[in-house]
Amino acid sequence: MGKKLALTGNQAVATAMKQINPDVCAAYPITPQTEIMQRFATFVADGEVDTELITVESEHSAMSACIGAAAGGGRVMTATSSQGLALMWEMLYIASGMRLPIVMPVVNRALSAPINIHGDHSDSMGARDSGWIQLYSENAQEAYDNVIQAVKIGEHPDVRLPVMVCMDGFIISHSIESMELLPDDVVKEFVGEYRATYPLLDVDHPVTYGPLVLPDYYMEFKRQQHEAMLHVKDVVLEVAKEFERISGRSYGLFESYRLDDAEIAVVILNSAAGTMKDVVDSYRDRGIKVGLLKPRLFRPFPYREVAEALGNAKVVGVLDRADSFGGFGPTYMEVASAFTTNGARPLMLNWIYGLGGRDFMPEHAEQAIQQMVKVLETGEVEVQKDYLGVRE
Amino acid sequence: MKGWRDIPMGGVIPDAGNAVQYNTGSWRAFRPVWKPENCIQCLFCWIYCPDGAVNVKDGKREDFDYLHCKGCGICANECPGKKGQKAIVMVEEGK
Repeated sequence: MGKKLALTGNQAVATAMKQINPDVCAAYPITPQTEIMQRFATFVADGEVDTELITVESEHSAMSACIGAAAGGGRVMTATSSQGLALMWEMLYIASGMRLPIVMPVVNRALSAPINIHGDHSDSMGARDSGWIQLYSENAQEAYDNVIQAVKIGEHPDVRLPVMVCMDGFIISHSIESMELLPDDVVKEFVGEYRATYPLLDVDHPVTYGPLVLPDYYMEFKRQQHEAMLHVKDVVLEVAKEFERISGRSYGLFESYRLDDAEIAVVILNSAAGTMKDVVDSYRDRGIKVGLLKPRLFRPFPYREVAEALGNAKVVGVLDRADSFGGFGPTYMEVASAFTTNGARPLMLNWIYGLGGRDFMPEHAEQAIQQMVKVLETGEVEVQKDYLGVRE
Repeated sequence: MKGWRDIPMGGVIPDAGNAVQYNTGSWRAFRPVWKPENCIQCLFCWIYCPDGAVNVKDGKREDFDYLHCKGCGICANECPGKKGQKAIVMVEEGK
Protein backbone atom coordinates (compact mmCIF):
# COMPACT_ATOMS: atom_id res chain seq x y z
CA MET A 1 0.00 0.00 0.00
CA GLY A 2 0.94 3.63 -0.27
CA LYS A 3 2.54 6.09 2.08
CA LYS A 4 0.56 8.15 4.58
CA LEU A 5 1.65 11.79 4.47
CA ALA A 6 0.54 15.27 5.50
CA LEU A 7 0.12 17.34 2.33
CA THR A 8 -1.79 20.34 1.02
CA GLY A 9 -4.24 19.80 -1.82
CA ASN A 10 -1.85 21.52 -4.21
CA GLN A 11 1.05 19.32 -3.13
CA ALA A 12 -1.11 16.24 -3.53
CA VAL A 13 -2.11 17.23 -7.07
CA ALA A 14 1.48 18.14 -8.03
CA THR A 15 2.56 14.72 -6.75
CA ALA A 16 -0.14 13.01 -8.82
CA MET A 17 1.16 14.89 -11.87
CA LYS A 18 4.70 13.77 -11.09
CA GLN A 19 3.59 10.17 -10.90
CA ILE A 20 1.59 10.48 -14.13
CA ASN A 21 4.70 11.96 -15.78
CA PRO A 22 2.93 13.71 -18.69
CA ASP A 23 4.74 14.41 -21.97
CA VAL A 24 3.98 18.14 -21.95
CA CYS A 25 2.78 20.64 -19.34
CA ALA A 26 2.05 24.32 -19.84
CA ALA A 27 2.59 26.51 -16.78
CA TYR A 28 1.19 29.91 -15.90
CA PRO A 29 0.74 31.08 -12.29
CA ILE A 30 -2.55 32.10 -10.72
CA THR A 31 -3.65 32.06 -7.10
CA PRO A 32 -4.52 29.59 -5.60
CA GLN A 33 -3.27 27.14 -8.25
CA THR A 34 0.29 28.54 -8.51
CA GLU A 35 1.79 26.05 -6.08
CA ILE A 36 0.79 23.10 -8.27
CA MET A 37 2.78 24.18 -11.31
CA GLN A 38 5.55 25.64 -9.13
CA ARG A 39 6.10 22.29 -7.46
CA PHE A 40 5.76 20.48 -10.73
CA ALA A 41 8.40 22.79 -12.25
CA THR A 42 10.72 21.68 -9.44
CA PHE A 43 10.16 18.04 -10.40
CA VAL A 44 11.05 18.96 -13.99
CA ALA A 45 14.18 20.86 -12.91
CA ASP A 46 15.26 17.99 -10.67
CA GLY A 47 14.83 15.47 -13.48
CA GLU A 48 12.13 13.55 -11.62
CA VAL A 49 9.85 13.62 -14.67
CA ASP A 50 10.42 13.51 -18.43
CA THR A 51 7.93 16.30 -19.06
CA GLU A 52 8.54 19.15 -21.49
CA LEU A 53 7.51 22.18 -19.41
CA ILE A 54 6.35 25.17 -21.44
CA THR A 55 6.27 28.47 -19.59
CA VAL A 56 3.76 30.68 -21.35
CA GLU A 57 2.61 34.31 -21.15
CA SER A 58 -1.08 33.73 -20.29
CA GLU A 59 -3.66 31.05 -19.63
CA HIS A 60 -4.95 31.48 -23.16
CA SER A 61 -1.48 30.52 -24.32
CA ALA A 62 -1.27 27.73 -21.74
CA MET A 63 -4.35 26.04 -23.14
CA SER A 64 -3.22 26.75 -26.71
CA ALA A 65 0.11 25.05 -25.98
CA CYS A 66 -1.75 22.11 -24.44
CA ILE A 67 -3.97 21.80 -27.51
CA GLY A 68 -0.97 21.80 -29.85
CA ALA A 69 0.90 19.26 -27.76
CA ALA A 70 -2.16 17.02 -27.38
CA ALA A 71 -2.87 17.16 -31.12
CA GLY A 72 0.78 16.21 -31.56
CA GLY A 73 -0.04 13.02 -29.70
CA GLY A 74 1.22 13.79 -26.19
CA ARG A 75 -0.27 13.22 -22.75
CA VAL A 76 -0.76 16.80 -21.64
CA MET A 77 -1.66 18.63 -18.42
CA THR A 78 -1.90 22.15 -17.00
CA ALA A 79 -3.66 23.71 -14.01
CA THR A 80 -5.54 26.94 -13.42
CA SER A 81 -8.04 28.93 -11.34
CA SER A 82 -10.63 31.68 -11.67
CA GLN A 83 -9.60 34.43 -14.11
CA GLY A 84 -7.12 32.01 -15.65
CA LEU A 85 -9.90 29.61 -16.56
CA ALA A 86 -11.95 32.55 -17.80
CA LEU A 87 -9.10 33.64 -20.07
CA MET A 88 -8.83 30.10 -21.46
CA TRP A 89 -12.46 30.22 -22.47
CA GLU A 90 -12.28 29.98 -26.25
CA MET A 91 -9.51 27.40 -26.08
CA LEU A 92 -11.55 25.16 -23.75
CA TYR A 93 -14.09 24.60 -26.50
CA ILE A 94 -11.32 23.94 -29.03
CA ALA A 95 -9.71 21.31 -26.78
CA SER A 96 -13.01 19.46 -26.37
CA GLY A 97 -14.14 20.00 -29.95
CA MET A 98 -10.86 18.49 -31.21
CA ARG A 99 -11.36 15.65 -28.70
CA LEU A 100 -8.01 16.11 -26.96
CA PRO A 101 -7.91 14.39 -23.54
CA ILE A 102 -6.03 17.12 -21.65
CA VAL A 103 -6.24 16.84 -17.85
CA MET A 104 -6.48 20.11 -15.92
CA PRO A 105 -6.76 20.52 -12.15
CA VAL A 106 -8.94 23.57 -11.46
CA VAL A 107 -8.43 25.07 -8.02
CA ASN A 108 -11.82 26.71 -7.58
CA ARG A 109 -11.76 30.45 -6.97
CA ALA A 110 -14.26 33.28 -7.30
CA LEU A 111 -14.44 35.46 -10.40
CA SER A 112 -13.97 39.24 -10.50
CA ALA A 113 -15.49 41.80 -9.95
CA PRO A 114 -14.92 42.62 -7.16
CA ILE A 115 -11.58 40.86 -7.27
CA ASN A 116 -11.29 38.00 -4.79
CA ILE A 117 -8.76 35.19 -4.57
CA HIS A 118 -10.74 32.76 -2.40
CA GLY A 119 -12.67 29.62 -3.08
CA ASP A 120 -16.02 29.32 -4.80
CA HIS A 121 -17.18 27.40 -7.85
CA SER A 122 -18.01 30.29 -10.20
CA ASP A 123 -15.02 29.52 -12.41
CA SER A 124 -15.61 25.85 -13.21
CA MET A 125 -19.41 26.13 -13.11
CA GLY A 126 -19.21 28.74 -15.84
CA ALA A 127 -17.22 26.24 -17.91
CA ARG A 128 -19.72 23.42 -17.47
CA ASP A 129 -20.94 23.65 -21.07
CA SER A 130 -17.45 23.76 -22.59
CA GLY A 131 -17.44 20.05 -23.43
CA TRP A 132 -15.02 19.12 -20.64
CA ILE A 133 -15.64 16.32 -18.19
CA GLN A 134 -15.77 17.72 -14.64
CA LEU A 135 -14.86 15.81 -11.49
CA TYR A 136 -15.22 17.49 -8.08
CA SER A 137 -13.13 16.64 -5.01
CA GLU A 138 -14.00 17.08 -1.35
CA ASN A 139 -10.44 16.96 -0.01
CA ALA A 140 -6.79 16.50 -0.95
CA GLN A 141 -7.13 12.72 -1.09
CA GLU A 142 -10.02 12.92 -3.55
CA ALA A 143 -8.22 15.55 -5.63
CA TYR A 144 -5.15 13.30 -5.86
CA ASP A 145 -7.23 10.22 -6.67
CA ASN A 146 -9.37 12.11 -9.21
CA VAL A 147 -6.35 13.49 -11.10
CA ILE A 148 -4.95 9.98 -11.54
CA GLN A 149 -8.31 8.58 -12.62
CA ALA A 150 -8.97 11.57 -14.91
CA VAL A 151 -6.11 10.50 -17.18
CA LYS A 152 -7.69 7.12 -17.82
CA ILE A 153 -11.21 8.53 -18.14
CA GLY A 154 -10.30 11.23 -20.68
CA GLU A 155 -8.04 8.98 -22.73
CA HIS A 156 -10.49 6.07 -22.91
CA PRO A 157 -11.10 5.26 -26.62
CA ASP A 158 -14.88 5.64 -26.14
CA VAL A 159 -14.41 9.09 -24.61
CA ARG A 160 -11.36 11.11 -25.75
CA LEU A 161 -12.39 14.29 -23.96
CA PRO A 162 -10.55 16.75 -21.73
CA VAL A 163 -11.11 16.58 -17.97
CA MET A 164 -11.19 19.24 -15.24
CA VAL A 165 -10.51 18.05 -11.70
CA CYS A 166 -11.93 20.63 -9.31
CA MET A 167 -11.06 21.28 -5.67
CA ASP A 168 -11.74 24.25 -3.40
CA GLY A 169 -9.20 27.07 -3.42
CA PHE A 170 -7.34 27.59 -0.12
CA ILE A 171 -9.79 25.43 1.89
CA ILE A 172 -8.27 22.36 0.21
CA SER A 173 -5.43 23.69 -1.94
CA HIS A 174 -3.58 25.25 1.00
CA SER A 175 -4.74 23.19 3.99
CA ILE A 176 -2.59 20.31 5.17
CA GLU A 177 -4.39 16.99 5.54
CA SER A 178 -3.36 13.47 6.23
CA MET A 179 -3.63 11.42 3.05
CA GLU A 180 -2.26 8.38 1.30
CA LEU A 181 -0.08 8.42 -1.80
CA LEU A 182 0.21 5.45 -4.11
CA PRO A 183 3.67 4.13 -5.04
CA ASP A 184 5.09 5.69 -8.22
CA ASP A 185 5.22 2.41 -10.14
CA VAL A 186 1.61 1.59 -9.29
CA VAL A 187 0.41 4.91 -10.73
CA LYS A 188 2.64 4.47 -13.77
CA GLU A 189 1.15 1.07 -14.48
CA PHE A 190 -2.39 2.30 -13.78
CA VAL A 191 -2.26 5.18 -16.27
CA GLY A 192 -0.30 3.12 -18.80
CA GLU A 193 0.86 4.33 -22.21
CA TYR A 194 -1.23 6.83 -24.15
CA ARG A 195 -1.88 6.26 -27.82
CA ALA A 196 -3.42 9.30 -29.49
CA THR A 197 -6.00 8.64 -32.21
CA TYR A 198 -4.66 11.09 -34.82
CA PRO A 199 -1.22 12.26 -33.62
CA LEU A 200 0.10 15.11 -35.76
CA LEU A 201 3.65 13.87 -35.18
CA ASP A 202 2.87 10.62 -36.98
CA VAL A 203 4.28 11.98 -40.25
CA ASP A 204 3.51 8.76 -42.12
CA HIS A 205 -0.20 9.47 -41.56
CA PRO A 206 -0.59 13.22 -42.00
CA VAL A 207 -3.87 14.73 -40.80
CA THR A 208 -5.45 18.17 -40.62
CA TYR A 209 -6.70 19.55 -37.28
CA GLY A 210 -9.09 22.47 -37.00
CA PRO A 211 -10.56 22.77 -40.50
CA LEU A 212 -13.50 25.02 -41.31
CA VAL A 213 -16.75 23.09 -40.97
CA LEU A 214 -19.84 24.83 -42.33
CA PRO A 215 -23.55 24.28 -41.64
CA ASP A 216 -23.49 21.03 -43.66
CA TYR A 217 -21.37 19.13 -41.10
CA TYR A 218 -20.96 21.21 -37.90
CA MET A 219 -23.94 19.66 -36.10
CA GLU A 220 -22.68 16.14 -36.76
CA PHE A 221 -19.43 16.94 -34.92
CA LYS A 222 -21.35 18.41 -31.97
CA ARG A 223 -23.57 15.34 -31.87
CA GLN A 224 -20.42 13.21 -31.67
CA GLN A 225 -19.28 15.18 -28.62
CA HIS A 226 -22.56 14.45 -26.87
CA GLU A 227 -22.19 10.78 -27.72
CA ALA A 228 -18.68 10.75 -26.21
CA MET A 229 -20.12 12.33 -23.05
CA LEU A 230 -22.78 9.59 -22.91
CA HIS A 231 -19.98 7.01 -22.61
CA VAL A 232 -18.33 8.81 -19.70
CA LYS A 233 -20.49 7.45 -16.86
CA ASP A 234 -19.63 3.81 -17.62
CA VAL A 235 -15.97 4.66 -18.08
CA VAL A 236 -15.85 6.59 -14.78
CA LEU A 237 -17.28 3.56 -12.96
CA GLU A 238 -14.96 1.13 -14.75
CA VAL A 239 -11.90 3.27 -13.95
CA ALA A 240 -13.10 3.65 -10.34
CA LYS A 241 -13.25 -0.14 -10.01
CA GLU A 242 -9.68 -0.48 -11.29
CA PHE A 243 -8.61 2.32 -8.98
CA GLU A 244 -10.17 0.63 -5.98
CA ARG A 245 -8.04 -2.44 -6.72
CA ILE A 246 -4.81 -0.41 -6.43
CA SER A 247 -5.87 1.96 -3.66
CA GLY A 248 -8.64 0.36 -1.63
CA ARG A 249 -10.62 3.58 -2.04
CA SER A 250 -13.94 3.37 -3.83
CA TYR A 251 -15.51 6.06 -6.00
CA GLY A 252 -18.79 6.40 -7.86
CA LEU A 253 -20.57 9.04 -9.89
CA PHE A 254 -21.40 10.71 -6.57
CA GLU A 255 -21.22 9.92 -2.88
CA SER A 256 -24.37 9.01 -0.96
CA TYR A 257 -24.26 9.66 2.77
CA ARG A 258 -27.06 8.30 5.01
CA LEU A 259 -29.40 8.73 2.08
CA ASP A 260 -31.25 5.40 1.95
CA ASP A 261 -34.24 6.27 4.15
CA ALA A 262 -33.79 10.05 4.07
CA GLU A 263 -36.89 12.25 4.00
CA ILE A 264 -34.69 15.31 3.70
CA ALA A 265 -31.78 15.27 1.24
CA VAL A 266 -29.01 17.82 0.88
CA VAL A 267 -26.98 18.06 -2.33
CA ILE A 268 -23.64 19.81 -1.94
CA LEU A 269 -20.26 19.74 -3.70
CA ASN A 270 -16.64 19.66 -2.58
CA SER A 271 -15.23 20.67 0.82
CA ALA A 272 -18.50 21.96 2.31
CA ALA A 273 -19.88 18.41 1.99
CA GLY A 274 -17.50 17.45 4.82
CA THR A 275 -19.01 20.07 7.14
CA MET A 276 -22.50 19.08 6.06
CA LYS A 277 -21.90 15.38 6.85
CA ASP A 278 -21.11 16.27 10.47
CA VAL A 279 -24.33 18.25 10.73
CA VAL A 280 -26.30 15.45 9.04
CA ASP A 281 -24.95 13.13 11.76
CA SER A 282 -26.10 15.45 14.53
CA TYR A 283 -29.61 15.61 13.03
CA ARG A 284 -29.65 11.83 12.61
CA ASP A 285 -28.77 11.56 16.31
CA ARG A 286 -31.92 13.53 16.99
CA GLY A 287 -33.94 11.10 14.89
CA ILE A 288 -34.41 13.36 11.88
CA LYS A 289 -34.00 11.46 8.62
CA VAL A 290 -31.49 13.61 6.75
CA GLY A 291 -29.06 12.41 4.08
CA LEU A 292 -26.51 13.92 1.74
CA LEU A 293 -25.55 13.50 -1.91
CA LYS A 294 -22.20 14.86 -3.01
CA PRO A 295 -21.82 14.95 -6.80
CA ARG A 296 -18.43 13.84 -8.07
CA LEU A 297 -19.11 13.71 -11.82
CA PHE A 298 -20.81 17.01 -12.68
CA ARG A 299 -20.27 16.81 -16.46
CA PRO A 300 -21.75 14.71 -17.80
CA PHE A 301 -24.37 14.95 -15.04
CA PRO A 302 -25.75 11.52 -14.05
CA TYR A 303 -29.41 12.61 -14.03
CA ARG A 304 -31.07 9.22 -13.72
CA GLU A 305 -28.70 7.93 -11.06
CA VAL A 306 -29.02 11.11 -8.97
CA ALA A 307 -32.81 11.01 -9.18
CA GLU A 308 -32.79 7.36 -8.08
CA ALA A 309 -30.39 7.99 -5.21
CA LEU A 310 -32.47 10.88 -3.91
CA GLY A 311 -35.20 8.28 -3.98
CA ASN A 312 -38.04 9.05 -1.70
CA ALA A 313 -36.83 12.28 -0.18
CA LYS A 314 -39.77 14.62 0.25
CA VAL A 315 -37.61 17.73 0.57
CA VAL A 316 -34.42 18.25 -1.43
CA GLY A 317 -32.16 21.20 -0.65
CA VAL A 318 -29.35 22.04 -3.06
CA LEU A 319 -26.49 24.22 -1.87
CA ASP A 320 -24.50 26.00 -4.55
CA ARG A 321 -21.14 27.71 -4.14
CA ALA A 322 -21.77 29.59 -7.41
CA ASP A 323 -24.65 31.74 -8.52
CA SER A 324 -26.56 32.20 -11.73
CA PHE A 325 -27.83 35.71 -11.22
CA GLY A 326 -31.50 35.75 -12.04
CA GLY A 327 -31.57 31.95 -12.11
CA PHE A 328 -31.10 29.07 -9.70
CA GLY A 329 -27.64 27.86 -8.74
CA PRO A 330 -26.03 25.50 -11.27
CA THR A 331 -26.26 22.35 -9.12
CA TYR A 332 -29.91 23.07 -8.32
CA MET A 333 -30.73 23.30 -12.03
CA GLU A 334 -29.18 19.87 -12.65
CA VAL A 335 -30.87 18.21 -9.68
CA ALA A 336 -34.23 19.71 -10.67
CA SER A 337 -33.69 18.36 -14.21
CA ALA A 338 -32.76 14.96 -12.77
CA PHE A 339 -36.30 14.49 -11.43
CA THR A 340 -37.71 14.68 -14.95
CA THR A 341 -36.19 11.22 -15.51
CA ASN A 342 -38.33 9.53 -12.85
CA GLY A 343 -41.17 11.96 -12.34
CA ALA A 344 -40.41 12.51 -8.66
CA ARG A 345 -41.66 15.84 -7.36
CA PRO A 346 -39.96 16.61 -4.05
CA LEU A 347 -40.21 20.11 -2.62
CA MET A 348 -36.98 21.82 -3.65
CA LEU A 349 -34.95 24.61 -2.15
CA ASN A 350 -31.76 26.29 -3.31
CA TRP A 351 -29.20 28.07 -1.20
CA ILE A 352 -26.21 30.04 -2.42
CA TYR A 353 -23.36 29.89 0.11
CA GLY A 354 -19.65 30.49 0.49
CA LEU A 355 -19.12 32.93 -2.39
CA GLY A 356 -15.66 34.49 -2.50
CA GLY A 357 -14.43 32.08 0.17
CA ARG A 358 -17.03 33.02 2.81
CA ASP A 359 -16.70 30.28 5.45
CA PHE A 360 -19.36 27.61 5.41
CA MET A 361 -19.90 26.91 9.11
CA PRO A 362 -21.93 24.17 10.80
CA GLU A 363 -24.51 26.81 11.78
CA HIS A 364 -25.11 27.53 8.09
CA ALA A 365 -25.68 23.84 7.46
CA GLU A 366 -28.05 23.74 10.46
CA GLN A 367 -29.92 26.77 9.20
CA ALA A 368 -30.55 25.01 5.88
CA ILE A 369 -31.59 21.70 7.43
CA GLN A 370 -33.81 23.51 9.96
CA GLN A 371 -35.59 25.22 7.09
CA MET A 372 -36.04 21.89 5.31
CA VAL A 373 -37.47 20.32 8.47
CA LYS A 374 -40.02 23.14 8.52
CA VAL A 375 -40.85 22.61 4.84
CA LEU A 376 -41.30 18.87 5.49
CA GLU A 377 -43.80 19.68 8.26
CA THR A 378 -45.77 22.38 6.47
CA GLY A 379 -45.43 21.15 2.88
CA GLU A 380 -44.85 24.72 1.82
CA VAL A 381 -41.79 26.42 0.35
CA GLU A 382 -41.78 30.12 1.14
CA VAL A 383 -38.46 31.15 -0.38
CA GLN A 384 -37.17 28.83 -3.10
CA LYS A 385 -33.78 30.43 -3.60
CA ASP A 386 -32.01 32.05 -0.69
CA TYR A 387 -28.52 32.99 0.51
CA LEU A 388 -26.73 31.48 3.52
CA GLY A 389 -24.41 33.59 5.62
CA VAL A 390 -25.03 36.89 3.88
CA ARG A 391 -25.55 40.06 5.94
CA GLU A 392 -28.83 41.88 5.43
CA MET B 1 -23.85 13.18 -46.95
CA LYS B 2 -22.47 11.24 -44.01
CA GLY B 3 -24.08 11.02 -40.57
CA TRP B 4 -22.34 11.70 -37.24
CA ARG B 5 -21.42 8.05 -36.74
CA ASP B 6 -19.44 7.92 -39.98
CA ILE B 7 -17.23 11.00 -39.79
CA PRO B 8 -13.78 11.19 -38.13
CA MET B 9 -13.60 12.30 -34.50
CA GLY B 10 -13.06 15.97 -33.65
CA GLY B 11 -13.28 17.40 -37.16
CA VAL B 12 -9.94 15.85 -38.10
CA ILE B 13 -9.27 15.33 -41.81
CA PRO B 14 -7.39 12.04 -41.87
CA ASP B 15 -6.37 12.09 -45.55
CA ALA B 16 -3.81 14.41 -47.07
CA GLY B 17 -4.14 16.20 -50.40
CA ASN B 18 -7.90 16.58 -50.35
CA ALA B 19 -8.05 20.32 -51.09
CA VAL B 20 -8.47 19.30 -54.73
CA GLN B 21 -11.95 18.03 -53.81
CA TYR B 22 -13.04 21.53 -52.83
CA ASN B 23 -13.89 23.63 -55.88
CA THR B 24 -12.92 27.05 -54.61
CA GLY B 25 -13.24 28.44 -58.14
CA SER B 26 -16.85 29.28 -57.36
CA TRP B 27 -15.63 32.09 -55.03
CA ARG B 28 -14.15 34.02 -57.97
CA ALA B 29 -15.36 37.54 -58.85
CA PHE B 30 -12.58 38.26 -61.38
CA ARG B 31 -11.03 35.63 -63.63
CA PRO B 32 -7.44 35.69 -64.82
CA VAL B 33 -7.11 35.35 -68.56
CA TRP B 34 -3.84 34.01 -69.97
CA LYS B 35 -2.51 35.56 -73.19
CA PRO B 36 0.10 33.10 -74.52
CA GLU B 37 1.35 35.65 -77.08
CA ASN B 38 2.68 37.86 -74.20
CA CYS B 39 3.95 34.97 -72.01
CA ILE B 40 7.73 34.54 -71.57
CA GLN B 41 7.29 31.33 -69.50
CA CYS B 42 8.98 32.83 -66.43
CA LEU B 43 6.51 30.86 -64.22
CA PHE B 44 6.20 33.72 -61.75
CA CYS B 45 2.44 33.10 -61.79
CA TRP B 46 3.00 29.46 -60.82
CA ILE B 47 5.38 30.46 -57.98
CA TYR B 48 3.13 33.19 -56.60
CA CYS B 49 -0.23 31.44 -56.89
CA PRO B 50 -1.34 30.85 -53.25
CA ASP B 51 -3.44 27.88 -54.34
CA GLY B 52 -2.14 25.64 -57.12
CA ALA B 53 -4.31 26.95 -59.88
CA VAL B 54 -1.64 27.46 -62.55
CA ASN B 55 -1.24 24.28 -64.56
CA VAL B 56 2.31 23.49 -65.63
CA LYS B 57 3.38 20.59 -67.82
CA ASP B 58 6.96 19.73 -68.78
CA GLY B 59 8.17 23.06 -67.37
CA LYS B 60 5.77 25.10 -69.52
CA ARG B 61 2.67 26.80 -68.20
CA GLU B 62 -0.72 25.90 -69.57
CA ASP B 63 -4.10 27.47 -68.93
CA PHE B 64 -5.50 28.14 -65.44
CA ASP B 65 -7.24 25.54 -63.27
CA TYR B 66 -10.51 27.46 -63.06
CA LEU B 67 -12.06 24.88 -60.69
CA HIS B 68 -9.68 26.08 -57.96
CA CYS B 69 -8.57 29.64 -58.96
CA LYS B 70 -10.21 32.03 -56.46
CA GLY B 71 -9.42 35.07 -58.63
CA CYS B 72 -7.10 36.80 -56.16
CA GLY B 73 -5.19 38.48 -58.99
CA ILE B 74 -1.70 37.96 -57.55
CA CYS B 75 -0.55 36.25 -60.76
CA ALA B 76 -1.69 39.20 -62.90
CA ASN B 77 0.06 41.61 -60.55
CA GLU B 78 3.35 39.69 -60.67
CA CYS B 79 3.27 38.91 -64.40
CA PRO B 80 6.15 40.83 -66.12
CA GLY B 81 4.63 40.18 -69.59
CA LYS B 82 6.47 41.01 -72.78
CA LYS B 83 7.38 44.54 -73.93
CA GLY B 84 4.96 46.15 -71.50
CA GLN B 85 2.07 43.82 -72.45
CA LYS B 86 0.76 41.62 -69.54
CA ALA B 87 0.32 37.92 -70.24
CA ILE B 88 -2.36 37.73 -67.49
CA VAL B 89 -5.26 40.17 -67.23
CA MET B 90 -8.19 40.11 -64.79
CA VAL B 91 -11.67 40.15 -66.31
CA GLU B 92 -14.86 40.50 -64.27
CA GLU B 93 -16.85 37.25 -64.14
CA GLY B 94 -20.10 37.38 -66.07
CA LYS B 95 -18.77 39.91 -68.57
